[in-house]
This record gives sequence, C-alpha cells and structure tokens, in this order.
Amino acid sequence: MRLHPLSRVLLALAALALALNLVMPIWRIDLMAPQYPEGLFLQIFHDRFTGDIDKINGLNHYIGMAHIKDEMFPEFGIMRYAFYLLIAWGLFTAAMGRRGVLLSWLFAIAAFIIWAVWDMYVWGYKYGHDLDPRAAIKVEGMAYQPPLIGHKQLLNFDAWSTPDVGGWALFSCSAVAAIIFAVEWRRAHRAARSV
Amino acid sequence: MKRPLLFTTGTMALAGLAFVLVNSLPGCRPSTTQTVVTGDAASRVYVKPGTHDEFYNMVSGGFSGQLAVYGLPSGRLLREVPVFSVDPETGYGYSEETKGMLMTSHGFIPWDDSHHPELSQTNGIPDGKWCFINGNNTPRIALIDMGTFRTHSIIEIPNSAGNHSSPFTTGNSEYVVAGTRFSVPMGDDAQRDVPISSYKETFKGTVSFIHPEPETGKMSIAFQIVTPAVDFDLSHAGKGPSEGWFFFSCYNTEQAYSLLEVNASQRDKDFIMAVNWKMAEQLAKEGKGKRVPGRHYSNWWNDKTHSSETTVVEDVLQLDPKEHPGLLYFMPCPKSPHGCDVDPTGKYIVGSGKLAALIPVFSFEKMQKAIAANELEGDFAGIPVLKYESVLHGEVKKPGLGPLHTEFDANGNAYTSFFVSSEIVKWNVEKLEVLDRVPTYYSIGHLCVPGGDSKQPWGKYVIAYNKITKDRYLPTGPELTQSAQLYSIDGDKMELLLDFPTTGEPHYAQAIPADLVKPREVKFFKIEENQHPYVAKGEKEARVERKGNEVHVWMTSIRSHFAPDNIEGVKLGDEVYFHVTNLEQDWDVPHGFAIKGAANAELLIMPGETQTLKWVPTRVGVWPMYCTDFCSALHQEMQGYVRVSPANSNVPLKGETVSVDAGV
Repeated sequence: MRLHPLSRVLLALAALALALNLVMPIWRIDLMAPQYPEGLFLQIFHDRFTGDIDKINGLNHYIGMAHIKDEMFPEFGIMRYAFYLLIAWGLFTAAMGRRGVLLSWLFAIAAFIIWAVWDMYVWGYKYGHDLDPRAAIKVEGMAYQPPLIGHKQLLNFDAWSTPDVGGWALFSCSAVAAIIFAVEWRRAHRAARSV
Repeated sequence: MKRPLLFTTGTMALAGLAFVLVNSLPGCRPSTTQTVVTGDAASRVYVKPGTHDEFYNMVSGGFSGQLAVYGLPSGRLLREVPVFSVDPETGYGYSEETKGMLMTSHGFIPWDDSHHPELSQTNGIPDGKWCFINGNNTPRIALIDMGTFRTHSIIEIPNSAGNHSSPFTTGNSEYVVAGTRFSVPMGDDAQRDVPISSYKETFKGTVSFIHPEPETGKMSIAFQIVTPAVDFDLSHAGKGPSEGWFFFSCYNTEQAYSLLEVNASQRDKDFIMAVNWKMAEQLAKEGKGKRVPGRHYSNWWNDKTHSSETTVVEDVLQLDPKEHPGLLYFMPCPKSPHGCDVDPTGKYIVGSGKLAALIPVFSFEKMQKAIAANELEGDFAGIPVLKYESVLHGEVKKPGLGPLHTEFDANGNAYTSFFVSSEIVKWNVEKLEVLDRVPTYYSIGHLCVPGGDSKQPWGKYVIAYNKITKDRYLPTGPELTQSAQLYSIDGDKMELLLDFPTTGEPHYAQAIPADLVKPREVKFFKIEENQHPYVAKGEKEARVERKGNEVHVWMTSIRSHFAPDNIEGVKLGDEVYFHVTNLEQDWDVPHGFAIKGAANAELLIMPGETQTLKWVPTRVGVWPMYCTDFCSALHQEMQGYVRVSPANSNVPLKGETVSVDAGV
C-alpha cells in the first residue's frame, strides 16, 4: 500500500526543509558574563563558524583552551554531502511513497543526528579538557567542556548551547517523518484488518 | 505721661536690638538655597544604574581648552574631549601623530580657551554629526566628530584676535563663523607695525565664514568680511524667513583701545551687525573678493592613517562691504550687547545689552522694510546704521540686571540669563511679557535649552552655567569647582532640580537627544583599514629597525603582552619611536603604553589604532615599559624592557618576545 498523497507532500517538504542547513546556521552557543552585557556568540554552519570567534579565542587563551579555527573540523568539508544525501533520500521517499523507504530514511536521519551529537561531544570534551599546561589561569579540577545542549556555568561565563535554524529544521523534519510513519503504519494496519 | 513714653521707646529699642541679634544667628538667616528645591526633584534627575541619560550635554571647558560631555538630567560627567589643550591622559598633543593637530602659524600651541560648542545642523536642527568649538586666544575653530568624540579638524583664523564670536552655524552647516573680538591691523609686516593709538585709522575687524566639507569634515575659510574696528562678541544665523543672514553683536563702538571698562561703555547704543551671507557667498563665487595675506593652518585627523594632516594656506579671500552695498547693516542695540540670539521662528533677533536694563527684540521683517525704505540713522565708518525704532519689535521692560544670553523653547518663550541679578527670566517673545524668574547660584553666564538656538527646541530643561560657586559644594581651598544647575521648564514655573560640578569654566553649551548620537558611535577601528605607515597588523609584523640615530619599533599590543617586549641595541643619542598598534578588535579594550623617563606622556591606543611615542633615553641601563590601561586579568604582566647601551657600543639591535619554552 502506497503512502497517502498528503504524507508524500509533507515528506517532500520536510526533505526540502533540511536544505536550510546548507544556508543557515545549525547550532549556536551563547556566552554571557558580567563584563559582556551584550553577550558573545558562536554559530555553527555546515561548513564554518561565525560569531565572536576572535573574542572567544582571546578570552580562552587565559585558561589554555585551543584556538577555534575552521581547520580544526574536517567535518566542515563533508557535512554538506550528508545533507545532500538526506535530502535526496527524503525526496526519493516521497516519490516512491513506500513505508519501507520512509523507515530507512528515518534511520538515516537518526544515524546522522547520533553521529553529529557524538561528534560534537567528543570535540567539546577535547576542547574543554585538553588545556595548554602553560595557561596563565589554572583552576584545580576545572574543565571547560561546553554544554551539549542547554546551560552550563564555565567560570565567569554562563554558556548556552541551542539549536539554530538548521538544527530546528533537522529536528522538525525527523519529527514530521516519524509521525507520518506512525500514522501510515496505523492506516496500513487498519486497512489490513478491514480486509 | 513722659515716663511711659520713655519706657515704651526703651522697650522698642531693646526689642529692636534683640531682633538684630536673633537675625544675626546662623539659623535665623533668610532662607534661600535649599527651600527652592521641590520635593520630587531627586527622582526627576535620577538615572538608574545601568540606564542612560536622555541628553548629551556638550559643555565648553573654558580655560581648560577642552570640551566636556555630560549626561542630562543626571549631570554625570561622561568624557572630557581634548580639543585645544594637550592631554597627557590620552597622549593628545604628545603622540607624534596628534602633535600636528595643535600646529598653527605661531608654531605648536598647547593650550587655548574654548567657549562655545555648536552642534552641526541639518535644516536648522542639530543632527548629532559634529560639534564645533572655538579657540579664543589663538583664533581657531575645531570640529569634533560625534562618532568618536575626538577632535577631527582644527582651522586657524587669520586676521582675527580673540575668536569669541564663534563658531555658530548656518542651518545646514554650510558655514560656521568666526568674528574677531579684538580688531587689529592687517596686511604685511609694515602695515601691521603701527601705533596702538592709530586704532581708528588702521585697525579693522573681520568676520570669517568657514566651510566644513560635508564628507570629510576638513575646514577651509570660504571668505572673510572686513568690518570697521569694533569688538565682536557673539552671533547667530538667521533661520526660516531670516535664512541667509547672520547677526553679530558688537561693542566698543567707541573704538577705545585702552581701559575699555570705562572707555567702551560710553555710548548708549552699540550694534547688532546683520550680514547678508548669501550675498557674500555669491560675491565670493563671482570673484569679487581680494586675496590678502593671512597665513593659517588647517589640521585634519585621518581616521585611516590615525595621523594628523596639515595644510598651510598663505592668504585669505576678503570682501570689503564698502564696495558691496547691501552686504552689511548695523542695528543700534543698547548697551554693549553680548548675546545675539535668533528665535526658533527666525522672525526675531534678541540682543542682550549687558549693561542695559531692558532686552531689545528686533524684527527681521521690519529690518527688511527699513532697508527697503532706507530708514537710516546715519553710518558708522561707512556702513549704514538702521533706525532703532524702525527695526525694533519691542523691548522687554525691567527684565533684570545684566542680561547676557537667550535660549528658546518650542512654545514661543525665551529664557534669558542675568549675570548681575543672578537669575533666569522666562518671557514671551511675541508679547514681550515676563512670565517667570528663578535665582541661580551664583551669577549665571550662558544657559542652554536642548536645541535652544535651533529651529526645533526639544525643551524640557534649561541649564545654567554659573560664574561663581562660593558655598555650593564642599570647599577645596581657594579654587572651587565650577558649576551648572539644571531646571525643569516643563511647567509654567521653572523648577531647580540639580546642581552639578563642571570642569574648566563652562561658557556656552548645547544639548541633544542621545538617540541622535548613540547610533553613530564607533566601537573600535578596523585593523584591516589601518593605513598608518608604521602599523604592525599582527605579531609577525612586529620588529625593530634603525634609520641613522632613529630606532623605530613596530610594536603590537594584545591582551596581555607587547611584541616585541625585549629590545636591545638602543644607544645613547638615539631617538626611539614606539609605534604601538593595538591589535584588539573589541569595544572598550584600549591598551596604554608608558616608558620610564619619557619626557612627554603616555599613549592610550584604541583597538585597531596605531600611535607613536618618541623616547630619548638619557642614561645607560635597562628601562621598563608597561601597559597603563587595566586591560585584563594579566594586565600587570603586560610589561617589557628596553636595554640602552653607551653610544659607542656594538650591541646588535633586536626586538623579540621570548617564550619560556622557546626553542622547544
């Protein structure tokens, strides 16, 4: 049984919404401290950082954190292909209208999210723990791993890590795909029972 | 019957004595200062911590030569902008780049007396782009950029002495003016070397029209009008119907050259001089003027090279009003007029005869009619004098003693300061009726209403800038703080809200809504736009080079170190130039630079900027240098050394920053 036409349209839209990740920031980190009332921020795109990178690097050198540079992330070179793949996969799902293909797409998205979160965690751990031993300020037992998501206090800074436009698109897209899958699954089972 | 009378008289005498005694006790003095403040004054001037004032108040520094910036209504001092005087705190006038700003035809002048801030205008309304201020002693006009709150250009005024009647602006800041206070002999050396007693024959006055280029803020003298020898005092441009005219008050029409106190106070009336500047502009354009000697400097600050640029001009274009009837008219004004203020409608010109007991208000419309009908009283040194009655709108009778200056609100009211009777008097311009008066503490000079000399006063407050302070503040020896007072003018009655101390001596001041200025503020200079010839745009460019006996250090500063911070190979007899570039690219992270024994000052370098300190070592040794502006948690570590060797030494020249694990 093919997916309902409405589901297929929604899936196509969801797949296209993923394209936002190619032009808009995916994630953002906000930092607030008393002497930075205007706040500092960092935005992560699929291929680069933007925001107050120089200021953050300038501050972080006191505690021996590495300088953030685009070159630190080989991911920036390949992430676009992951999105191309997910978008194509989504459009293929909509075109085929098969529940099995939809399920495979859901798994692909889930795998991508798990990989991305894991990757970010690993980087954050290294960034926050591998400190220059000659750093001017050393706080016993202190690490500066940024929060994966949500809030964390890092010395005088409050740090927030939240999805940006791309991240929200990614989450919304996977939620839409999952709901459609559930609805279609029930529809198929009802249809089977009524036969 | 006689006894009781005697008794009564005696009792009354005793009672009288008691009255005198009681009144001489401190607590029984007539109440004055405290009682005039109303109950909620504090809340009306209270600006909560972390919030901003509603107005910027640009206040002249007087004999400090600078311009002070206050917030209103709090009266908090925000900044002192160095203009005509050197400022060791910022290095202004000490750094190699800024010295040129204070160059004149008399050489380097480290001080002046600044009197009248005037905000640039668009369509007769202050626009928040620039603030002009005059230098009185060595005649100059400065232009302050409101985006950086820095002196952006300074022009010297030739054939002028005592640039007091300045720098008032036309409605679109096409020109700012400079009227000379002292008339002087002009021309070549022989023409200027004359007996002082030949004043009437050989001395002349001038009013100059200075044009600031809208894009760059560079200033040049468009033309100068020669006038009979008098003392020009203040001035204001016409607006609305009187647009195209400029009005200058002048005293000493007695043409005294000694003991002016008496000799220049003899005539019942002096003049307000009306200048048809549109006509003058046209004449200048048509080449009707004459270029005459008038060597002057025009200095300009280049925000890209972070250096001053000086142009020296040898002459000036002069217009002789005797050759051009219709260019100048005198209007008689009682007695030694000081303030010369045009109301927001542009219909009325208020002269304030500082020795007069009335305020004359002139009508521009009547002035035009009198000119058309040739209603003249005669002439003064060849310039037509219009009939007083023909040009007068009316007189404010018995307003107070010693009127000086007038500002306006948007409701047709004028506020005039009275030095002698120490008060502000509010009166209606159309009806010439006195509406209210408040005392000032003490002896007010200038006053300011936000936008009060423009087409569109914002009103709300009048600020008094007082000449005498006496007991208003904690005493500090013979020299006391200068002071200003803030009054509310929202209601029918003026209300005193606040006293606040000021720096230097405040003369004129202007206020502008903060919202017109705040969006212009520069937070830092972009390092990639820095075109300083000695910029080091990164530590890789930091180095030391010798050119003869000059040692040039391309130095960088970033939190929290200098590069290089170890310099060797400097020899006695060398001149060392530290070109320090602040590599920071964030707001509010200046770095300072000071070195032991420097005979000038420190540098205070804004992010992205390069400034140069010249240092001539006088002794052999190793000398410390450090950052003077607390820049970070490691500010106290921001330091270095310069080794100075004897003149004949062969220590190689080098500059480096050595890491503890260098070579690892």
